[in-house]
Amino acid sequence: MEGTAVRGRLTWQTATVTKIIPETPRTSTIVFEVPDWPGHRAGQHLDVRLTAEDGYRAERSYSIASAPGEPVAITVERLEDGEVSPYLTEELQPGDAIELRGPIGGYFVWDPVTDHEPLLLAAGGSGVVPLRAILRNRERTGSTASARLLYSSRSLADVIYREEFERPDPGLDVVYTLTRSQPPGWRGRAGRVDDALLAEVAWPAGQNPLAFVCGPTSFVEAVAEGLVGLGYPQARVKTERFGATGGRQ
Amino acid sequence: MNPLDGNAIGGLLHEVFGAEMTDATGTCANCDFTGPVAQTVVYMDAPGTVVRCRNCSSLLMVFAKLHERYCVDLRGLAALEAR
Repeated sequence: MEGTAVRGRLTWQTATVTKIIPETPRTSTIVFEVPDWPGHRAGQHLDVRLTAEDGYRAERSYSIASAPGEPVAITVERLEDGEVSPYLTEELQPGDAIELRGPIGGYFVWDPVTDHEPLLLAAGGSGVVPLRAILRNRERTGSTASARLLYSSRSLADVIYREEFERPDPGLDVVYTLTRSQPPGWRGRAGRVDDALLAEVAWPAGQNPLAFVCGPTSFVEAVAEGLVGLGYPQARVKTERFGATGGRQ
Repeated sequence: MNPLDGNAIGGLLHEVFGAEMTDATGTCANCDFTGPVAQTVVYMDAPGTVVRCRNCSSLLMVFAKLHERYCVDLRGLAALEAR
């Protein structure tokens, strides 16, 4: 059945790389043409599988960076000791074929039709990728949901999609906090997200906001606890933790 | 290694259960804590995939793959309800 999309089944299929867009010195966006793509929702992810000549397989999950209706894209951060990301960011070329399956996930998703409440998006590093898909979906569907993005990054050079986030959008506020280094004259925030910054940036709980928090485990737990402390109900704080682990087959 | 959460095994769960399961609701057999599968604590660096309760850390599910077959242990779950 491999290669055949069966309704309800999640099958590996061959996608073709159509474009590679360098985003930062460590990250690139890879755009695919996927013949049997059933469509995706903002916030979902996909699995990529690489098979070596000796049959060894490595599988990794990546958040989908594009909005529903756009070509499938992922943004990959190169991990120095990674097994998969160095190949994806350095070797892969347009025209190459790659195995993937998706879309995956139904929890960490935003629905422009039913979710109208203010959106609080909190990203740690490349955790911004699914949140970018949500923001693009919001823009493309003309959603009236106001959005705030709180984006924690090591340095300004590590901020992914910066040009896109800085395009004027009256419904969107973006707050960066730079944890390791700040450029001369930086007037934004510095240091990790703490309760004081959250209290300042987060919509008041009384507005029934919906929060999406994505990043490394420590970031997600600090932000999610902070939001619950501000009165956000647990069910209104959707979290996704990522790390360098992956399945091996 | 830092644990991840149930979002990370959406593909594996779909393979095993034949449906999207990260938004399913699981109940811990030890402490009765109920929440979305996406919120469980997941260790993927063990030989298999280990899923623990976010409230009491009890073992909920274990998945191991051998010769293209999954061995699945769900004894730690009192209930698993898909939408």
